[in-house]
Amino acid sequence: MTNDKQLGLAGTVAGLGLAIGGLAFGAFLSQRRKGGDDDAPFYTRKSPDSDDAVLGRTVTIRKPRAELYAFWRDFGNLPRFMENVETIRKEGDHRVWVIKAPARQTVEIKTEVCEDVEGKRIAWRSVEGSDIVTRGSVEFADAPGDRGTRVSLVMSYDPPAGNLGRAIAKLFQREPEVQARHDLKRFKGLMETGEIATSAHRKENTRAAKQQEKET
Amino acid sequence: MRALTWQGTHDVRVDTVDDPEIINSRDAIIEVTSTAICGSDLHLYDGVIPGVLPGDVLGHEFMGRVVETGSDSTLEKGQRVVVPFTISCGGCFHCQIQQFSACENSNPAEKQDMSAKLYGHSMAALFGYSHMTGGYWGGQAEYVRVPYSDVGPIVVPDHLDDDKVLFLSDILPTGWMAAENAEIQPDDTVAVWGCGPVGLFAIQSAIVMRASKVIAIDHYPNRLALAKQLGAEVIDFRKTNVREALMEMSGGIGVDAVIDAVGMESHGFAIDNMVDVVKQKVGMGADRASALKQAILAVRPGGRVSIPGVYGGMTDKFPLGALMEKGLQIRSGQTHVQRYTKDLLEKIEDGTLDTTFLISHRLPLEDAARGYECFRTEQDSWTKVVLKPGMDMPAAN
Repeated sequence: MTNDKQLGLAGTVAGLGLAIGGLAFGAFLSQRRKGGDDDAPFYTRKSPDSDDAVLGRTVTIRKPRAELYAFWRDFGNLPRFMENVETIRKEGDHRVWVIKAPARQTVEIKTEVCEDVEGKRIAWRSVEGSDIVTRGSVEFADAPGDRGTRVSLVMSYDPPAGNLGRAIAKLFQREPEVQARHDLKRFKGLMETGEIATSAHRKENTRAAKQQEKET
Repeated sequence: MRALTWQGTHDVRVDTVDDPEIINSRDAIIEVTSTAICGSDLHLYDGVIPGVLPGDVLGHEFMGRVVETGSDSTLEKGQRVVVPFTISCGGCFHCQIQQFSACENSNPAEKQDMSAKLYGHSMAALFGYSHMTGGYWGGQAEYVRVPYSDVGPIVVPDHLDDDKVLFLSDILPTGWMAAENAEIQPDDTVAVWGCGPVGLFAIQSAIVMRASKVIAIDHYPNRLALAKQLGAEVIDFRKTNVREALMEMSGGIGVDAVIDAVGMESHGFAIDNMVDVVKQKVGMGADRASALKQAILAVRPGGRVSIPGVYGGMTDKFPLGALMEKGLQIRSGQTHVQRYTKDLLEKIEDGTLDTTFLISHRLPLEDAARGYECFRTEQDSWTKVVLKPGMDMPAAN
């Protein structure tokens, strides 16, 4: 009997302990969600702030800030290094991005520039009539010494068809995170070397090499 | 064109493949006059490097004549050039600080993920050395597309034969950098594991850098004889207790610097090495590092460890305690070839360095597959194979 009682007591204590532990854990999680108080960029947090998919990436490019900003501000340049962006055309104040999607489809995103600080930051967001709800920004900051410019690309989007859509996109190697990382690397390469690196040995293979990410 | 292609483990063939062409404006096309099989090509041959695909053209030690140039190439048609095995853009942070083998741009963006996952950072591109390092076709071919031709290739004067300058592409700078990484001081005793081409050039470099004694460790008699010829004392690890011998030969202090020119497929009889062989065979990917482990135990406290030998994955039972407790310094890395080519070409021209002693065999490119097989199985006598695309096949017996 005493044994049972003790066990019961122990059970209660353990239960309480678990409950407190659970609360603490919950608080910890929500703290995480709100964002910790460290200095790391928010997109490197282990739990995201919102249900949107967020991606962010920084590269250092050995070129002056103004030059990089100017190149990016001319949106027509972006398809040169963004593999999945077919074209970006102007429509009044808006720009329409035509982007390759899985299964040889394309999606169109109509965007407006919502922030433009010369030499420093460009932000855009999708407006009515877009296939995907998304926003993005690119920031240019001086790197220490003569290292050039730190370029940070941050994008968030509401994944079409939710996580399943994301999983499918990943299958097709069109996961935006992977794409953005590659695109940013290509941007860096184009700016620093004047060309986009390819290991193709024939011109016709260059196209094929690019298609590799698109078709399979 | 004709080119040596990888088909699978221990299966390489000379095939007819597409000629390369200029793609970017800084490219040049080189007509290969000489190309060598490197010890590290044997890692590809043995199938222990991931990311090689059937049909890939191998070879990263090559030279030849410029036959075509892109509009931004600084080369001229007809020039004789040696091409560094590391492909470097010249414009990124790492190229600017002369760490050419860490170039951030030469490896195409879509090929960087594999090494970024494995190593935390993506690797620079290399010629003919798997898709992890770019998937560029290599130099064991009649022609090669050379990107960033305004940065890498070094023009060589006509009076220096191919045999004298070909190794500027890799193994000579690699041996030199290995010795430089060992921070050799004039009174030092230096031990070098592995008397393959890189080990031999490291020995030669250490002697040029005035090491008072260089001790070479191997088990192939012919390779040990070559080391002796260069001025090294030698140890046959099959006959001698290496660590004990090194302690004695360095006056009981231990050697000041050690160079591991063996790498991930080292031979050795220790139990842990046998286990590593099995793991490598079953694809568990442990690098066999018995030479490196021995080197770390043999070097004196406060000494230097230089690792030019190629490693690709992980190892276990690593003597981390010895590293920390003895306060060792370790330096390693793929060679920053472009940093050394000019100085080393001068040292070849003025006779300080000779590289021709190394070459044991010259074969037509067509005979490359046999070159691989013999270089692998007859390591004692086949010290270095140079392939010549223009050379006729020997008449059949």
